[in-house]
Amino acid sequence: MGKYEIRLSGSGGQGLITGGIILAEAAILDGKNAVQTQSYGPEARGGASKAEVIISTDKIDFPKVRDCDIFLSLTQKSFDQYGKNVKENGIIIVDESIDTRNENKVIYSLPIIDTAYNVLGKPMVLNIVALGVIAAITNVVSRNALEEAVLNRVPKGTEELNKKALEMGYSIGKNAIK
Amino acid sequence: MPSEIVNKYFRTNKLPQIWCPGCGHGIITRAITVAIDKLGLDRDKICIVSGIGCSSRAPGYMDFDTLHTTHGRALAFATGIKMANPELKVIVITGDGDATAIGGNHLIHACRRNIDITTIIYNNNIYGMTGGQYSPTTPKFDKGTTVPYGNVDKAFDIPALAIAAGATYVGRSTAYHTQLLISLIENGIKNEGFSLIEAISVCPTYYGRKNKKGSAVEMLEWQKEHAVNIAAASKMTPESLDGKFLIGEFKNSPEPEYTREYQKIIDRLKKE
Amino acid sequence: MKSKARLMQGNEACVEGAIAAGMRFFAGYPITPSTEIAEFSAEKLPLVGGRFIQMEDEIASMAAIIGASLAGVKSMTATSGPGFSLKQENIGYAALAEVPCVIVDVQRSGPSTGLPTSPAQGDIMQARWGTHGDHPIIALTPSSVRETFDLTIKAFNLSEKYRVPVILLMDEIIGHMRERVELPDISEIEIINRKKPAVSREEYLPYKADDDLIPPMACYGEGYRFHVTGLAHDETGFPTNNPAVADKLYRRIVDKIEFHKDEIVEWEEQNTDDADIIIISVGGVARAADTAMKQLREKGIKVGTYRPITVWPFPDKRLVELADRVKAFVVAEMNLGQMVLEVERIIKDKAKLIKVNKVNGEAIYPEEIMEKIEEVL
Repeated sequence: MGKYEIRLSGSGGQGLITGGIILAEAAILDGKNAVQTQSYGPEARGGASKAEVIISTDKIDFPKVRDCDIFLSLTQKSFDQYGKNVKENGIIIVDESIDTRNENKVIYSLPIIDTAYNVLGKPMVLNIVALGVIAAITNVVSRNALEEAVLNRVPKGTEELNKKALEMGYSIGKNAIK
Repeated sequence: MPSEIVNKYFRTNKLPQIWCPGCGHGIITRAITVAIDKLGLDRDKICIVSGIGCSSRAPGYMDFDTLHTTHGRALAFATGIKMANPELKVIVITGDGDATAIGGNHLIHACRRNIDITTIIYNNNIYGMTGGQYSPTTPKFDKGTTVPYGNVDKAFDIPALAIAAGATYVGRSTAYHTQLLISLIENGIKNEGFSLIEAISVCPTYYGRKNKKGSAVEMLEWQKEHAVNIAAASKMTPESLDGKFLIGEFKNSPEPEYTREYQKIIDRLKKE
Repeated sequence: MKSKARLMQGNEACVEGAIAAGMRFFAGYPITPSTEIAEFSAEKLPLVGGRFIQMEDEIASMAAIIGASLAGVKSMTATSGPGFSLKQENIGYAALAEVPCVIVDVQRSGPSTGLPTSPAQGDIMQARWGTHGDHPIIALTPSSVRETFDLTIKAFNLSEKYRVPVILLMDEIIGHMRERVELPDISEIEIINRKKPAVSREEYLPYKADDDLIPPMACYGEGYRFHVTGLAHDETGFPTNNPAVADKLYRRIVDKIEFHKDEIVEWEEQNTDDADIIIISVGGVARAADTAMKQLREKGIKVGTYRPITVWPFPDKRLVELADRVKAFVVAEMNLGQMVLEVERIIKDKAKLIKVNKVNGEAIYPEEIMEKIEEVL
């Protein structure tokens, strides 16, 4: 498949815009085209926020996501607000805390927040755990490119932590598709 | 016959200027050129900037690089010039309305930055160019065309404003006290930082007539009789200072200059 | 060799382009969605010996860049709708005093404070007529991150060449979007600098234009000791009330752009040869138009696109030609109908005119253009 439309949603401060940027940079490292856009309210923290990424082997015209191939949601509010327009065969990945309300699609409900907050004990790597999950389930970017993109973006001194977060996300994702 | 200083520093083909007979602005403008002359500055490295109003017509007559800008914005234009070429000596000529009403925000921020600009505010207590409306320095109860029953606004004390906002050189003189005015402008230019000199002018046409202040000569005499130098004032009783106003050097305390501080960042980044 | 491709934001590409064009001074004031342009400028300018200043307001920022340009340094400011309104008086000053400078307006939803984080194209007319009086202006509308880089350079080049303020009229979609770009080598970029006087101070007339209607420009500190004013002035640069001189000046500054319009205007057209319907759009909307065109062509509907790159002056000649052979134009814009007025003026009633407008803070989606086209077919 040549084109993926991806929407990452949650609340402000969860790092999803950075997550979208990293995903797009990983796609470029894979030699593909990528566009990242975002939508946010006046709040720097809280509220519902979304980052959108389109990855394609072709030129990307319209830069906003229309029908998601991949939809990630980390909060109930963002699930309710941005969860529409997922393609028939689209993949939905949500945190286990979200009530998906009998949505009739392929849904992976996984302990993403718990892994970052409790297992790793570092809420700031939530977005990286989520990226690991997405990559493992969808293969939208290669693991090597994603790791390189993560390491290019994260603050100095947090490389090991972020690598670990990515790894844990991967294994959660891999286990889910077993 | 124009004097030597006029021949040397004025665009004599643009004279006579547009100011009314008896206006104090010519005296102040001449004082600026005398100060420049005394300092022996390279005139090709001086840029004189003004806003809009009677005073702001001055640069047009002065033979330097000159810029006549929009109302109130002279300091913002001047900031751009100084940032682009810190080697230039930038002098701003502005009026009471231009500098403290429409341009008040630019004035306090230029003071705060301590950017090397010498500003001379020609204060005639009125909007002269538009025909005699009251300004932020029109004294309380005085009249103007927009305060026909007397002004209820409180007037700005320009040096106090500049000192509070962070200017590093502040002084005040009058059209009458020209020697003091020249030395304040000289010291203001020498101060590497933001200098503000309030030059109290006279406007016999509008302010004077509206407020029955008499002829231009009488207005200058009033300045002579009511101005007290700050150095002398400290030895005087409050009673004897009643109804007087202060002139002289109010502040002279150099601090690091804005464009130099910025240059340090550029130099540091070059080394890294 | 490692690929030069990287993910870049539109606002960042603007700063990269500006620095490549020779910008060495930026004055600005924070405003969403243009703030990143100030932030990137603050970070990058001192690295190349340039200077950045955050002024006390939008008016001061515009004034400062005019001052810096007169001192010989290429200068830029960036803002959004509300700040663009505040800058207008001094933009007029730059137009009359013929001071090269670049003003970026990353359009957001308005009027007033509106929806600060949402896209719009409500400043098309403000870009043209925002300041008072008759005046020349050039406005460029990029529709990709790479084009933002290219058009920022073009903005500086046009500004220097014609001594005119140039507006880079972006929108939130393009400003905030990040996409894959490969920037050209600096050696491949054409840079134009203002024409300098070839005469001495005594002979220099700052506002005496050459045959191309553009006067050579000295800068402060070079010894020319010239005067610049926002009053109507004669060739010497000094104020005049002479009606004939004022008339000549106003006409010349407008004519100097009109005279060179063919060199200035730029547009992009796709599939116009056999098109029955042509979508006209700029900036972020042009991306939706491209998708709409491709999807409609798959259905056998002959659609083309026409994208003004200079929205001012508007590329009108080619549009007149196209109007003779298409059935309809669809003008899609994130406002209630601004560019369409210009299109209407140009095509008269030669072809049907269909409007697609949106002002709710969301992008125009390809489907909205497609539906409108299918409706009229």
